Formats: sequence, structure tokens, C-alpha cells
Amino acid sequence: MRSNEAKTENRTFLSMIVHEIRHDRLAFYSILLLASIVVIAYCSPLFLSIDSITRIELSRIYQPPSTSYWFGTDDGGRDVFGQLLLGARNSLTIGVCVTLLAGLYGIVIGLLAGYYGGIVDQIICRVLDFLMILPSLMIIIVFVVIVPNYSVFNFILIMSAFAWFGKARLIRSRGLAEREQEYIQASKTLGTPDWKIMLFELLPNLSSLIIVNMTLTLAGNIGLETGLTFLGFGLPSGTPSLGTLIALAKNPDIVQNKWWVWLPAALLILVIMLCINYIGQAVKRAADARQRIG
Amino acid sequence: MIAFIIKRTFLMIPQLLLLSVLIFFLAKQMPGDAVTGAFMGKPNVSAEQMEKIRQQHGLNDPWIVQYGRWIGDAIRGDFGQSFVHKQPVTQLLAGRIENTIWLSLATLIVTYLLAIPLGLIAGRWTGGFADQLIVTYNYVSFATPVFVFALLMLYVFGFVLDWFPSGGSVDIRMEEGSMEYMGDKLKHLVLPVLSGSLLLTYSTVQYLRNEIIETKVKDFVKTARAKGVPENVVYNRHILRHSMLPIAAFLGYEITGLIAGSVFIETIFSYPGLGRLFIDSIMARDFTVVTALVLISGAAVIVGTMLSDIILRIVDPRIRLG
Repeated sequence: MRSNEAKTENRTFLSMIVHEIRHDRLAFYSILLLASIVVIAYCSPLFLSIDSITRIELSRIYQPPSTSYWFGTDDGGRDVFGQLLLGARNSLTIGVCVTLLAGLYGIVIGLLAGYYGGIVDQIICRVLDFLMILPSLMIIIVFVVIVPNYSVFNFILIMSAFAWFGKARLIRSRGLAEREQEYIQASKTLGTPDWKIMLFELLPNLSSLIIVNMTLTLAGNIGLETGLTFLGFGLPSGTPSLGTLIALAKNPDIVQNKWWVWLPAALLILVIMLCINYIGQAVKRAADARQRIG
Repeated sequence: MIAFIIKRTFLMIPQLLLLSVLIFFLAKQMPGDAVTGAFMGKPNVSAEQMEKIRQQHGLNDPWIVQYGRWIGDAIRGDFGQSFVHKQPVTQLLAGRIENTIWLSLATLIVTYLLAIPLGLIAGRWTGGFADQLIVTYNYVSFATPVFVFALLMLYVFGFVLDWFPSGGSVDIRMEEGSMEYMGDKLKHLVLPVLSGSLLLTYSTVQYLRNEIIETKVKDFVKTARAKGVPENVVYNRHILRHSMLPIAAFLGYEITGLIAGSVFIETIFSYPGLGRLFIDSIMARDFTVVTALVLISGAAVIVGTMLSDIILRIVDPRIRLG
């Protein structure tokens, strides 16, 4: 009995997530659905050529769905189904890149503030206070317009520059509590360099918090990217995103009469966001002993 | 308390200053200045003449002098000229700000009208069918991007069912000031407002539900029950009063979401407000208007956050800042 209890206490975070998702039917179906979307989108180059998807063919613009074009064609006579797969792939890749990059900034700044505390923490907090109240959507749009040689890479840099404030604050507050723990104090007494304590002792103990936060912000970042592309300030025109197809719906005629152009992309974004959020909630429960299912 | 209010108000000044410096440098990075803008499309003005005019207008002064002049003008409400609309930016904003205020106000009111009963029901009958439904709605509203939802609303209710107008703020044939005019204005508000508020309810419902679950087992509630107070009165008077106060304080924090939301919603419903003006101006590279809008939005968020901090501190003295 005792050994059994000890076993459940020592499960790794990953096995806890697996356990949590297997017991939550919605999260389980979400992960299946998301995995199939990812596999289909990333394997699409095997059976669809990007050239033929992005080639403009004026003789067949805005064709309704048919057997040869499952979701019809768009304003350039391009196959909507192919664009959908290509767009999903780009949107997911960029969402992941932005989340990772923003995670890196957040971890560095949050760890510094949390580990050192005191005046370092005070300064970082004041700066974060200021950054968090900026109208970031508008400023991102301004940056997108004034940056010379605008590219996908620049876009990722701009977006991630505005996506890390909350993360830094979260890691900082947990770090402040963690640094009072005895293992950190012991390491300090032994003379372990600060950076080693931060990277190899503090960071692993905050990892579940960081994973939860990154899963949930991934959905938000995909939403923001597609939203910016929808407005016309996201990905450059050569790189279609899910937002590119929806952007055509700024014209009322297309919203009303050519629904096949934008509706599938809108629904696909909705499905991806819901899936990631459900998985994120399950991961969150796995990280929080009080909320776990059995 | 007074000391806190004064301290919090003074904290706002460096924030506003920093915001204005940041925006000033952003504006400097935007291509073209007041002179190139004013003489756009006039080939008979030579480069030397332009340089002379620049000198006269002080555009070659050190940045700190230029900043001082710019912010001084801005405080007096002078944001320069719009190159596209050929009128003072202030005048342009004045024509649009009313629409955005109506939209934001209506969105906030509807948000609270929806969120408070939902949070109350979910908190009172935790685990019941209604609670499960509300929690699911909350998940979905949290995950849904505003532009996707607004488009779906426009498609379903504006076109397929054709219940509401699909764009604009009022039918141009209406006579201003008449009852029909007001009614038509309201009808144009329905879809944009619902698109915003159905997604904004998330934080209030979540907060209220948690608060009520925590409060309903507290001693003062037990005492009220023990005295024989009817269950409805326990919830509506004792618990709700306890949990509602901070909600009023969250108002200021909602401004950031409202501004970002209005950019998308006004674009989708072609609603002539500030969010739409921002997108139109940046498309047309009308940068004086863009600068003014970013500055005003940033200032609105700073002031809103400050008010929320102060109100929250008044209704709940346990909350400490910094």
C-alpha cells in the first residue's frame, strides 16, 4: 500500500499529462484531431505541389466546390483546399516559433527577476508594468508597416517581442517563492555560480508552469497571427496563412456569396484553437495537484 | 488611502511620458514628414525649397526640441494635419470618436448583463447541467479569436438570416435626430456589440463563479442560513454583494481588450469608428492620424488601469500593489 502511494507521488510530469488526457474524453479527442490536422498539413507536400496551389489561373476564379476542387477556388483561381493545408502549416509553424521565442525571453527575464529579487526585480517589474499597458496590437501593426525588407522572419521577431510580458511576470513570481527553498539556499552556500543555479535548479522546478503557459499561449499566438494576416499586416503575400483566405472576406460580396473561400479557414482556426485549449487545460490540471482527475 | 491614490496617480506620469517618447520615435521612423506630405504631388516645389520649409518648421532641430514641441501641441489637442483627408487630425477624430464610445459602452453593458447572471447561476448550482453548459461556453469564448467569431456572426445573422444590417453605423437615408434614426443606430449596433461581448464575458464569469463557490461556505453565509434567511436572498443579497464589488473595478482593465477588439470588429462590420480609422489610415500611410490614435489608445489604457487599481484598492483593501 505504502509503496503504491509513493509510486503515484513520483510520476513524471509527462506521465501525469498522459494520464490526465486519457481520462478526459474531450482532451483525448482534441489531441487526436489536432494530431491528424498537423500530420495532414505537414505531409501535404507529398501529394500536393506548392507550385500548382499558388499559381494564379484567371480562367477559374471563384468556382464553387466541386469534385475536382473540394472547397472551390479563390480570387486567383487557386484551389482553396490546397491553400487551406498550406496555410495551416504556415500558421502552426509561425505560432510555434513565436511561442518558443517569447518563451525564451520570458524565461530569461523572469528567472533574473525571480532569482535575484530586490532592486533587479523592482526595475524589471516597473518595466513590465509599462510594457503590459502598451496598445500592442496597434504597435505591432505600425512596426510591420515601417520595418524595411519585411519578411516572415521579421514578423516572427516583431510578434514575439510583444508576447513575453505575461510569461516573464508569471515565472518571476514563482521564482521569488522558489528561491527561498532550502535547496537553492544550500547551493548558494556551497558556492554554485548563480547561472548554474538558475538553469539547472530553478528552471527545472518551474518547468511544469512554463509548459502549461506555453501550451495556452500557443493558441493565442496562432489567433493573433491569423488575425493580423486577416487585417493585412501579417505574413507577406507570398506566404499564405489561414488568415490570408479569411482576409478575402473583408468584401461583403465574398462573405455572402462565396462562403467556400473563407468559411473553411475560419472553422479550421476555430477547431485548432479549441483543440489546443482543451489540451492546455488538461496539461494545467496535470500540473496542479488539486485539480487532477484521479 | 489618500496616500495610495496620490502615489498611484504619480506613477502614471512616467508611464505617459515613456509612452509618448516611444511613440514619438516610432513616428520619426515612419516614412515622410509633414513637409513631404503637404507637398505630395506638387512637382514644382524643388528639393531646396522643401529643405528651406523644413528648416522654418524646425524639422531639423535636435530631437528633444522637436519632441517638446510635438507633445506640447498634442496636450493642447493639436495632432497636425491628415494628408489624406486634408483636415486637422483632431477634427477627424472628433467625427469618429462618438461611434467608438457608443460601441464600447454598449459592449461593456451587454457583457456585464450576460456575465453576471451566468456567473451567478454557475456558482450557485456548481456541477449541475447549467453549470456545465456555462463552463463549456466559457471555454469556447476564451478560445475563439474575435475576428473569426465576428465574421461568423456577420455571415449567419447579417446575410443568411438577414436579421440585422451587415455594415455601417446608420442608414444614410435616415433623418438625424428622429426616433427612427436612433432605432436604426441601435439596430446597426446589435451585431458588432454581440460579437464583442459574447467573447468578453469570459473573465467576469470565471471570476464570479470562483468567488461564489468560495463565499458560499463562509461563516457569514452559514449564519444567514441558520437565521432562516431564504436561499434566494442569501445568494442575491449576501453573497452577490460580497462578490460583485471587484467586478466594477475590472472595468478599467477591459479597455485594452476593447481597443484590440474594436480594430477587428469595426473592420468587419465597416463601422466608422476609431479602430477602422486606424486601419484605413495605416493602409493609406496617413501617419499623423496613426500616431495620434496610438497615443490616445495608450493613454486611455494607462488612465483606465490607474482608475481600476484605485477602485479595487477602495473596495478590497487587502490588495496591495508593487
